[in-house]
Parts: sequence; C-alpha cells; structure tokens
Amino acid sequence: MLIQDDFIPKRRRDARLPRGQYETYDFPVLSLGPTPEISTKDWKLKVSGLVEHPTQWTWQEFLKLPAENVTKDIHCVTKWSKFDTRWKGVSLDEIMRRVGVSDIATHLIAHSYDNYSTNLPIEDVTEGKAFVAIEYDGEMIAPEHGGPARLFVPHLYFWKSAKWLKGLEFTDHDRPGFWETRGYHNYGDPWKEERYTND
Amino acid sequence: MRMKGMGRYKVLGLRFKAIISIELKWSIGKKEREESFIGHLRKNEMSAAQWQIATLVKMSFAAENVKTMVFSIPNRPPFQSGQHYDIRLTAPSGYVAERSYSIASPPEEENLEFGIELLENGEVSPYLWNMTVGRQIEMRGPIGGHFVWNTSFKEPLILIGGGSGMVPLVSMLRHHMHHLESETFREVRILLSAKTLERILYKDELAASTKRDPHLKIFTTLTGKKSDGWNGYSRRVDQTMLAEVFGDLKKKDSLTFICGRTAFVESIASNMLSLGFSQKNIKTERFG
Repeated sequence: MLIQDDFIPKRRRDARLPRGQYETYDFPVLSLGPTPEISTKDWKLKVSGLVEHPTQWTWQEFLKLPAENVTKDIHCVTKWSKFDTRWKGVSLDEIMRRVGVSDIATHLIAHSYDNYSTNLPIEDVTEGKAFVAIEYDGEMIAPEHGGPARLFVPHLYFWKSAKWLKGLEFTDHDRPGFWETRGYHNYGDPWKEERYTND
Repeated sequence: MRMKGMGRYKVLGLRFKAIISIELKWSIGKKEREESFIGHLRKNEMSAAQWQIATLVKMSFAAENVKTMVFSIPNRPPFQSGQHYDIRLTAPSGYVAERSYSIASPPEEENLEFGIELLENGEVSPYLWNMTVGRQIEMRGPIGGHFVWNTSFKEPLILIGGGSGMVPLVSMLRHHMHHLESETFREVRILLSAKTLERILYKDELAASTKRDPHLKIFTTLTGKKSDGWNGYSRRVDQTMLAEVFGDLKKKDSLTFICGRTAFVESIASNMLSLGFSQKNIKTERFG
C-alpha cells in the first residue's frame, strides 16, 4: 500500500468506523433508478419458498405483528456510515417462526418492488440480526429511504437491506442478487471491507 | 493455478502472471483485520478489485470548481462509460480515506481522466487538488455494473447532469463521439444544469462536439444569479423544461442517465416517469 506522507486526515478516527468509511450526519440516498411509490393501501409482503405456511400480509395485518425498537450503526458501500440510527421493525426470527421456515433452507432472497433483489445466508438474518423495518427515527420510512417497509440487516453493507420490500423467499441454494451480479461482493461484511466481487 | 496456504509473506511488487493468494495481517486501532487478497491476472492485466498505483500525468480545469486530473495506470483493466474508481489515501498513522470518482475519459483512451470537484470541507478533494504531475496515488476499479452505457446501444441517449454529475455522462458522450464515423447516427441529447457559466463542466468541448455531430443537442440551464445575455434556461430543472427538451423522444425507447446530487436526481427521475418515460430505461447515479 502507498502511504501519502503529506496527507493530513480531517476526520476523527473512530473504532466504530470500518476501514474506508467516514461518518455522515445526513442520510444519503442511493438507488438504481427512480423511487417507487407504494401506498400502504396496495402494499403486500409475501413470504414464500421453503416454508410451511406461505403467507402474504397486507399493511394492516403486518402492523399487528410484534415490532421492536432497534438502534444500530449502518454502513453503505459508497463509504458513508451513520451512527445510532433508530428503527422499528418486526424481527426475521418472528417472521420465520410464524411461517415455519424449513430446516433445509439455507438462504433468504429479498425482493423489492423495483425488481431489485439481494441474497443472504440464513444465519445472517436470525438471532436479532435482521428486521423488516416499518419506521425510521420515529416516523414512517420515507419513499426515498425504502418505505413503507424495507429489510434491515445492519451488520452487512446497507445494499443488503433491500428497500421497498415486497417478498421474502427462503431457498436451499444461494442466488446472487442485483448488485452481487454487478460487481459487488456476495456477502458484504464492512469489517472485512468486502465491497466488490473479488475482495 | 492457486497457491494458497504458502505461509505469510510481505509482497511489495505487484506484477504476476499467475493466480496468487496473499494474506496480510493488519492492525489499525484496536481491531485486527485479516485481509485476504487475491490477484487474478490474465496476460499482465490487473483485476478491478486490486489497488493500482496511478501516476498523475496531466491536470487542468474542467470548470471553476472542478479539476480535470489524468492518471496513467499501466495495464489497467478495461471499463465501461459510467463506471467509477475508488481512490484511497493512507496517512502515515495508518488512517485510510476512500472516495469514489466517476471516470470522465472514454474506454478508448489509455489514460484515466477524472473530474474532481473541490468540496469545501472535503478530506480527499483538497489533497487531490494539491497534487503535482508525477505524484502517485492508489485507486481501484472499474466499479459499478448498472450505471453503464456503450455503443452497442443504438437507441436515443438522454443524458441529464447537475454540476459534477456531468463527469460520467461526458465519458458516455466521448465514447459515442469516438464512433461517429463508423455508425448510423444515434441521437444524443444532453441537459446540463449548473449554478453559473463558470461552473459548466467541459463547456468548450461540448460546444465543439455539437459542431462535429449535427444530431447532438445540448441544453443548459443556469440556476444561480441571472446572467446578462444568457440565451438558455435560467431555473432549476422542472417537468416543463424536461417536456420541452426531451418530449419527442418519449416513444422511442430512449435510454436515460441522470447524475448529480440526490435532490436533483430524485426530482428529475420522477418527472421523467410522469412524462411517460419507462422506468426500466431510466438509470440514476446520486452523488451523496
């Protein structure tokens, strides 16, 4: 690696920042195209694949599920990190329990309303590691941030937290999603700086 | 031929003809991170994930607040217009800052050109602006498999850029211009937005391009203080402007690329949808 003797950092080094990240106080928006507008009237979340009870929740039905408050740091592959972001959501543990996910399921594929998808190993969405978020900072999630509901998996780069969530599909095989097939890492651990395919 | 598990060793040279696996132990602050680094080479060519040493060979101004910086990277991997590179600065303390910069040069050119905007409280851009020819920095790429365009697409091309959002779009324009003589014509239409005349990127080059390509149309809107004698638009991009500039391309399966600050991109993308342009043909790149 190349050291720049004359580079003077302007930002504080922080143990909470994975390498290559900087802290931001606003909330940047990054998407592949125009923002989908989905009303809670039309919204449905479909859970399918290797589950005992394939399910579809309307917004009113989904609001009846037990939701938790979660505060976590988030890390975007475009280098910004935001600390102590506050969300409210239903844990994947709760959802998986209700639909009866099969023992042979190894992966979760999250599907979005704009045809985006992302893939996660099942161990990365259990034990409180993942939520379907319905509130950010005490309010409904704004459309540009993925509302009405988005996946929330803060321990991985934030492209894994699929916005405009439409479906959760449990599979017995991996299926790389949108960014994973366009040069981004299949797993995406910010603490190993797994940004791009060969990292 | 994979040679994994050959023990730990520090490697300083970077040219290899085989697939190799190097493990470096890294200590920054309290966290120890193991970095597994796989160099994947074919005919001396580097992989996009690998940090490459780039030498500054030329510097000039693309606009008042944006510098054109041209780097040489021997055996750089090929890229498509619209992609970007990550630039990394490492301080003697081990502190690392990384930022992404879109490629301004077309794939046909050997050297890599970037358009670097000086950000007031920036950490990386002031350092880059202060560089002198001959100095070296680390970067890797190309990155980004979605916001890309190449001349295999014959449909009308719509490019909408705000400020430094013009950088990846100029790569697309330059790529199109490279193939002018060898193709049946493609309609390229550009709408660029800038605060002032002095902040229009690649102003002279854009004007010259319209002379070379009679089908190329470029529209400009200035959003800052009104300029005397200015003939173009003088306001933020809105639906009326988009309809006037691009309306006739709606039914032609045009490909639209929008790049700039988030609010700019957000508003224009949704306006294009309202005008009847199809979602699948609109790609966006938001700068923060």
